[in-house]
Formats: sequence, structure tokens, C-alpha cells
Amino acid sequence: MDESLLEKREGTIDNDNETTTWVEYWLEGELVHRSAHVQLKRAVVSFGETAKF
Amino acid sequence: MTNSFKVDLFNAVHAFNATGIPAHTAATADVFKAALYTAASSLGTTTTSYTGAVTEVSGTGYTAGGVTVTFGTAPANTTTTSYLTPSASITYTNVTLSTSFDAMLLYNNTNSGKNAVAVFTFTAQTVTAGTFSLTMPTNDATTGLLRIA
Repeated sequence: MDESLLEKREGTIDNDNETTTWVEYWLEGELVHRSAHVQLKRAVVSFGETAKF
Repeated sequence: MTNSFKVDLFNAVHAFNATGIPAHTAATADVFKAALYTAASSLGTTTTSYTGAVTEVSGTGYTAGGVTVTFGTAPANTTTTSYLTPSASITYTNVTLSTSFDAMLLYNNTNSGKNAVAVFTFTAQTVTAGTFSLTMPTNDATTGLLRIA
């Protein structure tokens, strides 16, 4: 494949929940590759409580 | 509540009642897996198990049930918070997932009920002959993936 024919598109999503990057490769108007990588920011937290007496 | 008890919860040290005790030995760590779900699914705090969750993604290179999650670091505790984070990114390689997905269910694959642990959501994605990965936050009391405070 002549890689010069590929059009590369990239993007980033950054919010309170995640930082995501994605990359696409298009060949003559057709999507031939798309990968995405998500960096999780928001963890799961459980709060344990005990009664006072 | 003691700090050590919070760590014990991660390791299933205590069994207060016979109901629901998993049929495995405490000397063996369970296997946890991560499955992906379409944007049409409605996973959340009421999700109880992998088997009860809909709708899992499907596509080339993706095996139903998802991939194994590596917990190479033992649960730890700092001040009042216990925490645990997978020790490696969760990666789905060489997959094509054409239906957009926006959730990952972490569940216990050893337990016969495939009990749910947590649901993580993100902006809806698709993958075409590529890789989808979830990178873990720093494993500490502030950003660890699973925390009991």
C-alpha cells in the first residue's frame, strides 16, 4: 500500500472523566483504521461508615 | 471502621454470613475481566453481574466476556483510604467494533455468578482494524481505580 495515499485524522477528548485520544486513517474516502486510547480519571470510591455509640 | 478492614474487603478476608460466600479458596486470587458495552446499554450501580448485563459489544477480534485484567499490585492503604488499581492497561487489540460503545464492566470471572465490581464510562467510541485501550490512573489513595474511603 502506498502510505502517501492515507489521510490521517486525530482528535483528543479531555473532560473530568477521561482524556481520550483517537487516530483514524482514511483511504480514498473509506475509513480503514481507527484506534482509541482512554486515560481514566474518575475512580470508583466507596465510603465506609460506622455507627457511633 | 479500621483501615485494615478496608484492605481486607478487597481480599475477601471476612465472611459475616454464609449467604453468598464464593466457592473458592482464599489462597487463590480470582480472575477479573473487563467487557465493553454499547452506548445503548444502561450499566450502572444497579448492575449485579456480567451475565445480567446487556448489551455487550461484538465484532471482529473481540471475544465475548472481554479481556483479563491484571492486578499485579496488592491492595494498599494510606491514612484512611484503601485502594487498588490494575497494574496494566486494559487493551483490546486488532478489533473492529462498528457499534459505538461507551462503557466497561469490571467483573469477577472466577465467581460462578460473574459478579460485577464496577462500571466505567467514557465518550462513545468505535474501532476499525485497530486497538482500544484503557489506561489506568496512578495507584494511590487519591486516584486509584477502586477506593474505599
